[in-house]
Amino acid sequence: MIRNELQPAACRILSVKHESVHEWTFRVATDIKVSHGQFMQLSIPRVGEAPISVSMQGDGWLEFTLRPVGKVTNEIFEKKAGEYLFLRGPYGNGWPKHRIDGKHLVVITGGTGLAPVRSLLNHYYDHMDEIKDIHLISGFKNDESIVFTEDLAKWKEKFTTIYALDNDQKEGFRTGMVTAFVSEIPWKDFGEDYTVLVVGPPPMMKFTGLELLKNGVKEENIWMSFERKMSCAIGKCGHCRIDEVYVCLDGPVFMYTVAKDLVD
Amino acid sequence: MGYRLNKEQSNALFAKLSEKYDIYAPKRFPKQGRYSDTDVIKYDKVTSFDEVEYTEKSTYPMKEVLNPVHQTLFYFNDEDYHEAVKNLRPMLIIGRACDINAQKIQERIFLGNGFHEDAYYRRRHDMAKFVLMECNGGTDTCFCVSMNANKTDDYVFGLKFSENGLEIESKDAEFEPYFSEYEKEDFKVKFVEDNQLTVTPPVIPDKEVLNALKKHPMWKEYDARCISCGACTMACSTCTCFTTRDVVYTENADNGERRRVSASCQVAGFDQMAGQREMRPTAGDRMRYKVLHKFHAYDARFHEGPMCVGCGRCTDHCPQFIALSATVNKMSKAVEEIMKEQGKEC
Repeated sequence: MIRNELQPAACRILSVKHESVHEWTFRVATDIKVSHGQFMQLSIPRVGEAPISVSMQGDGWLEFTLRPVGKVTNEIFEKKAGEYLFLRGPYGNGWPKHRIDGKHLVVITGGTGLAPVRSLLNHYYDHMDEIKDIHLISGFKNDESIVFTEDLAKWKEKFTTIYALDNDQKEGFRTGMVTAFVSEIPWKDFGEDYTVLVVGPPPMMKFTGLELLKNGVKEENIWMSFERKMSCAIGKCGHCRIDEVYVCLDGPVFMYTVAKDLVD
Repeated sequence: MGYRLNKEQSNALFAKLSEKYDIYAPKRFPKQGRYSDTDVIKYDKVTSFDEVEYTEKSTYPMKEVLNPVHQTLFYFNDEDYHEAVKNLRPMLIIGRACDINAQKIQERIFLGNGFHEDAYYRRRHDMAKFVLMECNGGTDTCFCVSMNANKTDDYVFGLKFSENGLEIESKDAEFEPYFSEYEKEDFKVKFVEDNQLTVTPPVIPDKEVLNALKKHPMWKEYDARCISCGACTMACSTCTCFTTRDVVYTENADNGERRRVSASCQVAGFDQMAGQREMRPTAGDRMRYKVLHKFHAYDARFHEGPMCVGCGRCTDHCPQFIALSATVNKMSKAVEEIMKEQGKEC
């Protein structure tokens, strides 16, 4: 019997949590183990399949945080606890934990870009001894698009945080793009001993990368997580290819030295 | 060792082989071409010598046998996906050297890229053997020699077709018994050694040159010329990309199929994610993406030369008369220019 990696398995939805009006978190029962930053292929029969990053994991469950912006995600938003999603995976490389452990960690996110890095942040929150400290810059478009409110509040206790809204006012949030706050990170105190993770929409990642370089951050210390259209997630369908790189196989997380040259 | 068979004997040979094998070969379908009063030649099952079209290059490539344009992956209902497994007979696929070489590229993607094999390709691949057909020299769009795809060793026996019948080069001992009753002759299939066209792919030494080439004005020409129809991809011997699609049988049914359908990076939407802009919004962007994949990125990943066998079908099919060969040569000139500008030695 030839093993078929494309075979999805039915998994029960345990709960649906509204993070914001447009972003909901679906907790799904499964024993699949995932590295922080990896993604899964989510299916709904009749509708199709899409790659979605894992936003949190626990004993016997995975969480996915998504917006209803396409055929598959629109249909997932119709699902309630007790109904089923179809899963296969995990795929991709995930965050390079061995290059983060024991160092200063800087995480810069834009919008729902917080989802793929959430489980890693929560892991370190529970194991602060594995790391020197964490600096988190999280930007959102406006009040309505803030996600993971409880996590954001909790992280303030142990991380140095800057939360921001692009052009909106709110208590506890500053106003401006994430790039405006990059210079507030105490880069000089880090020496060489730090890792930066960036994840968000493509323009946000591009300009954050440039801003980091301006602040003297080394290219080898920056990692970015990409998102592309995929039909297979196993290197066959071709949709996610950029030059010789397949985002599904070689990513979605790339060192900046590679990421900066990935021109679609 | 070789054999010579007249027409009648050739038909008898095909009948005998058909008892064990499904034979796939280029076949002519009259009046089914893309323009009125034209024929289409495509791969199909044959059981006789007479059915094989050997005088002309097939309109569509051999890949359709092992990687069908659309195939069912799963049957689903609300509760489950059931893998669609076809019962396959052993296959003999008849093709020219370029056609057989193109399957190596298909195989590299489906079986040799990433951590998982594609189960559907694996099943077909393991049932198939190639039969070499001597090429009569090709057409003015062929450039197999430039692509190093004019020769192959991957065939179980070789055939030269003519109106009188077959000449056979026996190679794999397993097939010898099928021929042994016929007239012996010293015969070996000849390979094409020259094309009218010569194509010289560029050597792109680093990302600085690559990214400058991506911004080169040469791609702008295709914004106006290319109509993003994807005919080049469908005709391509080596293109493998596909999209997965769920199909339901009737409006209210819970039952349906998950299908794989060939996809083209030349058609708008190939790169479009939900709620996002396209990565390559213009025809020029998409042309650049395709050509750089075939003549740079594939080799950069696998170190096995270009993702092209020079069959020329993309050029034959283009309704806008874009010749891939001319595009590649143009690109090589652009690379030379860029390297000079960047003070690098060619």
